[in-house]
Amino acid sequence: MATAVTAVPDKQVDLTEELGRELDRIRSEVVAARGADDARYIRTVITVQRGLETGGRLALAVSVLPPAWLAGTAMLTTAKILENMELGHNILHGQWDWMGDPAIHSTTWEWDFLSPADAWKRTHNHLHHTYTNVVGRDRDLGYTILRMSPEQPWYPVHLLQPLYNALLAPVFEWGIAAYDLEADTVAAGRKSVRSFLGDLAGLARKTVRQLAKDYVLFPLLAGPSAVPCLLGNLTANALRNVWAHTIIFCGHFPGDVQTFSEEQIDGETRGQWYLRQIQGSANIEGSPLFHVLTGNLSHQIEHHVFPDLPSNRYAEVAPQVRELCARHGLPYVTGPLHQQYASMWGRVLRHALP
Amino acid sequence: MSWAGRTGVRITGWTGERLLAAASRLTAPLTSPSTPDDYLGLLDPLLSARHPAGRVTAVRAEGPAAATLEIRPGRGWARHRAGQYLPVGVEIDGVRHWRTYSITSPPDAAGAPITITVKADPRGRVSPHLVHRTAPGTVLRLGPPQGEFTLPEPPPTRLLFVTAGSGITPVMGILRTLARRSPPAPDVVLLHSAPDPHQCLFHAELADLAARLPGLRLQLTYTRTDGRLTPDRIAGLCPDWRQRDAWVCGPAGLLTAVEGYWTAAGLRHRLRMERFRLTPVRPAGAEDTGGRVRFARTGTETDVPASATLLGSGETAGVVMPYGCRMGICHGCLVPLLDGQVRDLRTGEVHGEPGELIQTCVNGATGPLVLDL
Repeated sequence: MATAVTAVPDKQVDLTEELGRELDRIRSEVVAARGADDARYIRTVITVQRGLETGGRLALAVSVLPPAWLAGTAMLTTAKILENMELGHNILHGQWDWMGDPAIHSTTWEWDFLSPADAWKRTHNHLHHTYTNVVGRDRDLGYTILRMSPEQPWYPVHLLQPLYNALLAPVFEWGIAAYDLEADTVAAGRKSVRSFLGDLAGLARKTVRQLAKDYVLFPLLAGPSAVPCLLGNLTANALRNVWAHTIIFCGHFPGDVQTFSEEQIDGETRGQWYLRQIQGSANIEGSPLFHVLTGNLSHQIEHHVFPDLPSNRYAEVAPQVRELCARHGLPYVTGPLHQQYASMWGRVLRHALP
Repeated sequence: MSWAGRTGVRITGWTGERLLAAASRLTAPLTSPSTPDDYLGLLDPLLSARHPAGRVTAVRAEGPAAATLEIRPGRGWARHRAGQYLPVGVEIDGVRHWRTYSITSPPDAAGAPITITVKADPRGRVSPHLVHRTAPGTVLRLGPPQGEFTLPEPPPTRLLFVTAGSGITPVMGILRTLARRSPPAPDVVLLHSAPDPHQCLFHAELADLAARLPGLRLQLTYTRTDGRLTPDRIAGLCPDWRQRDAWVCGPAGLLTAVEGYWTAAGLRHRLRMERFRLTPVRPAGAEDTGGRVRFARTGTETDVPASATLLGSGETAGVVMPYGCRMGICHGCLVPLLDGQVRDLRTGEVHGEPGELIQTCVNGATGPLVLDL
């Protein structure tokens, strides 16, 4: 199913490099254009997010009243989604480093998610974005527990993967935190035990802070509303987890998205890397509000081609990338959420079997 | 404002600050992984102690190409000493730029307004913005006051100030401080040079100070008609220069000449100098030649050819460099730039200011530069 990128005719190579040059040009145009409006955008999202979080926490403090519980949980869920997707994920990518604002910078940001920012930046920004969908290199391809491509070896445990994929969704942040520890690479000897233990200690410290806030301190402050407050926080975290799981899985695992072998990326050029990013990602169509709530990961193709461009620019870049794909006869996998979601599940089910 | 009133404000401010700091510590676990500061900063940037800021309260033109900005500092900003300079973070087109300017106001109670006087450099980006396009209400980021070009306490009895152009700014802060003392100034000689009276910063105030303070002798030199200040002329204008503690601020040529003169007389220890901090100027044609890179912490130096990355060259030279994707996407290789400029090998863009974090895997050298590694 993968396009052969080794031993291709010269003409094909020329076209791929031409594609790379055109994408480089689009990137330069955005870099030259970003400015005060973009800075205002990210600061507005931060203000809205912190406002929603404050409102949600206040409403949950009196959540013995059912309407307050509903409003508080809704606000807190939205705040957590915005914080993880449009803020955390994108700021940690360095999308806003160009502003030179130490408060909105990949080196200083810490997010409201279990996995510490440093661990995430290594496994996600470096490994996943460099080796996207390369079997054996991109650990995000099934997150080491799911079999998402026929090239991955089948084991009987994969028969259960539809079940554990469903169970993973509401506790997604715990799955990612465990995954970012890279226990499998320690077993394979590619990561030292010492650095594993360091990561484990970092995760433990962050886990204590995260759990204390949502499940001890805020419920205690809520007094008579302690139990509904705790349940509201639990619901917000679970809904955010389900949402993040859905968006991320729809970005790489719908049926038409390709996977690659390690031999194929041997000596890969910049043009070929771009080509692989396009073929290994899938977009989700929706309204502007939907795009913001996905952290603009609904523009997964554009994000993978330009991972460090400001997320608010993906929407304007998307038609150009799509037109480029059409011109080069490349697939541009896109569709509404329900379609991508069903397609992703089809893939989980299909590869559960040998 | 009366002295009593000022004291009252100071105590209230101090109490308020302590209360806010205590409240921040108590609520920190609730805002984790953000900080209470992040929320306070949304209400008013001046409430953020982690990223100190100030609000411009007045802008006064000082001739056609300079302006004095009055800035009210917020939480977390430390008091300055007369003669120190201030790192100022200015946002232009969404990007923050840092420059340093001498503080021209005397040290006051914490929270009292401070002033900086900025001369617009037509080739610069930040100074024209501050002089011509900054309105009262603008928020500027403030770094901690720095520099040792200051007045010792108690001040020596005989002082000599030699300044040229905007080199007068730190000395203005010192003079205003001396003028407020009682008894006011000891024996002070100020030799200042400017192109002409029209372009002389603080012209009226200097004349006024000289008239008011019996201990201050002011000697203005206009370079358009009189030529530049040289050590010989300084000695001619102030024959007892050997008996004075000296403060000199101006262009590099003046400082080098003065330093040599004082050293020859065995008086280097009585001389304090302040160099202008200039915007890094891109060396002509350097983008084609790469440059020599120094790693400040390890002490390693290496030549980086035009098309080579800083990351690759550093590793070849044996420096342990942070790295990630090696293709400019993951920001895992960021290293602070201390001096010089870099070239983005993808776009050809030349950029870099001191303190900027550089993606070493996609940037090369353009002229000599120093990395904090």
